[in-house]
Amino acid sequence: MTDPRGTNLDPWYDSYAARTAGLAASEVRALFAVASRPEVVSLAGGMPFVSALPKELVQGALDRVLGDYGPQAMQYGSGQGLPRLREQILEVMALEGIRAGVDDLVVTTGSQHALELVTKLFIDPGDVVLAEAPSYVTALVVFRSFQADVQHVLTDDLGLVPEALRARIAELKAEGRSIKFLYTVPSFGNPSGVTLSWQRRMEILDICRSEGILVLEDNPYGLLWFDAPPPHAMRSVDEDGIVYLGTFSKTLAPGFRVGWALAPHAIREKLILANEAAILSPSSFSQYVISEYLDSADWRGQIDTFRGVYKERRDAMLHALDDYLPDLSWTHPDGGFYVWLRLPEHLDSKAMLPRAVKELVAYTPGTAFYSNGDGRSHMRLSFCYPTPEFIREGIRRLSVVINGELDLLSEFSQTAPLAAEQNPTEPVFVPPTSLT
Amino acid sequence: MPLSVLVLSGGISHERDVSLRSGRRVADGLLAHGVQVALRDPDASLLAHLKANRPDVVWPALHGASGEDGALRGLLEFIGVPYVGSRADAARLAWDKPTAKTIAARAGVPTPISITLPREAFRELGALGILEQISGEFSGPLVVKPAQGGSSQGVTIVENRELLPRAMVEAYTYWDVALIEQRITGTEIAVSILDTGDGPVALPPVEIVPLGGVYSYEARYTAGETRFYTPARMDPPVAERAARIALDAHRALGLRHLSRVDIIVDGAGTPWFLEANVMPGLTETSVYPQALDAGGYDPGLAYRALAEAALA
Repeated sequence: MTDPRGTNLDPWYDSYAARTAGLAASEVRALFAVASRPEVVSLAGGMPFVSALPKELVQGALDRVLGDYGPQAMQYGSGQGLPRLREQILEVMALEGIRAGVDDLVVTTGSQHALELVTKLFIDPGDVVLAEAPSYVTALVVFRSFQADVQHVLTDDLGLVPEALRARIAELKAEGRSIKFLYTVPSFGNPSGVTLSWQRRMEILDICRSEGILVLEDNPYGLLWFDAPPPHAMRSVDEDGIVYLGTFSKTLAPGFRVGWALAPHAIREKLILANEAAILSPSSFSQYVISEYLDSADWRGQIDTFRGVYKERRDAMLHALDDYLPDLSWTHPDGGFYVWLRLPEHLDSKAMLPRAVKELVAYTPGTAFYSNGDGRSHMRLSFCYPTPEFIREGIRRLSVVINGELDLLSEFSQTAPLAAEQNPTEPVFVPPTSLT
Repeated sequence: MPLSVLVLSGGISHERDVSLRSGRRVADGLLAHGVQVALRDPDASLLAHLKANRPDVVWPALHGASGEDGALRGLLEFIGVPYVGSRADAARLAWDKPTAKTIAARAGVPTPISITLPREAFRELGALGILEQISGEFSGPLVVKPAQGGSSQGVTIVENRELLPRAMVEAYTYWDVALIEQRITGTEIAVSILDTGDGPVALPPVEIVPLGGVYSYEARYTAGETRFYTPARMDPPVAERAARIALDAHRALGLRHLSRVDIIVDGAGTPWFLEANVMPGLTETSVYPQALDAGGYDPGLAYRALAEAALA
């Protein structure tokens, strides 16, 4: 007998919270599965090249932790994080001009978790989050999961445009909207690779101060500069209006899953409670190992090593783009992991991805970095993980893909408008681990 | 000695992700029934691996190119390793949707009118003229799909003819030949075929009702996004006709062991053949395991029986 109600294979389907609405299978995400194959050159993922970290440095730290702190390192810890590590984080942040107290910090499970905690503290459904256009994909996923309304603000080669920010705030306030914070990756942004100039940092801080808008400054790449350091962090000049997020994922290794939030005292207290509610305490073991590493290894020298590796790869990507796609335009990052490529008119990076996979190259379509369906004419290219030779081959393959798509479009361009629908799309969660 | 089976899943096709999930389900099902199972992603080391660690049977839970187009099956035949599923030559015919439709039609199986257009044709004859002609010849909505491929990837339902060029571009992004087919409005069903050695049997048809109206990739692989009715809600004579054309298509294409035949039943109760899949999805949300359940088969036992049939 047929069940007259049928089955949808998920008995809990009607029980999920409204905020899970965007959590669905995705064709784009499925295509990324192929990127993990060795035949594919993946310019899609954001995996740090951890092989550049000598394993004996970590091994030494591990041995000492087990020998000297075994029981404590394997025990629950403080919800705020290991005090000794927090002192050391102050030294790391001092490299970018930040002065703070050890009590101002909360250690989290990667800065991604800090991002989630801050969002949880501030966002009610419908609240506005201001974000760069384009903006870090997994931040958008977090904002979306708390039902925020992400409003993108124009960026150019110097980063977020202050006039555009001012105008967008005015529009939103005129509509009576509640703006909770501005999310920004000011140094070597993800996905743009662009760095916000010092002058603009100050202007944006002024705007946010005068409008009473909190700034969420996410700075995973600031220490990974190539030719000259970026301007100091915005937090270096403002203690009260900024929550600053940092991480060891790029300067050490993401496998430890240790990041932090530096927040004004009232927010910090709530962050500690939220952290405890979510995970009780960040990993004691990881914190002890990192603390020991920072104590004993030349961590500044190791960051220099990473810089050298990524600079060589950035150069390889820019040279390959010059050689294979000379008619296109792209950003020229002075640090970080990413180049943001603009496609010829009418090309759609999302629609083109299957062809790229067929040609054994992967990238992240620009739509992933917008909450409103924009971004089809762009793609993010990562240079952090593949070797310079693979990067060059990947760009060569990409040029075949783009030229093939241009041929196809030229055949049909006389028939009707070819632009894909610009419907808002859910940001696709792009897991970094599946992409390299 | 227990039966040793190498389950292949993953591969490099656009459907890799689905295949990985199908492969794990098959492996779990076999393991639960006393089979010695290894799971492997086929790559450059596969043939050497098969030579050094020859299993009794290969279970290719591979979707998309190389898994379903007959290539890998041909190699397995060449090196003499038994495998589950249709033979290479039959898989090749079924994998190509226009070819499968032609074979089915010749066997008397109704299939919607369609036209197959390689990209080259547009180059030679000009897109404008071809698309105008198509718009004139077909009435009502169309379905545009890559001639090869699965999981609805690159498939567009065209209600408004102005969107036909975009649909062609999307299909060609996946494959260089596209199939434009008259869309039949009706009830979407899938008939799963099982043959463990006693001849093909049509399992109860599964009716597919996507919440969003279209059985897209998202609707296929997000639990809850599609409602399934098993057996399909239709009069027994209609269900019998659907089962008969599924079996006719399975036989006409020369398929073996398992297949899933996708069908639309129109308002008059006529079932129309759309395509046959030589390695249907076997994931948590796939139709084939539901049909096995409805037919009274334990999926794990059925997967083992198929492996044993491959040995026979």
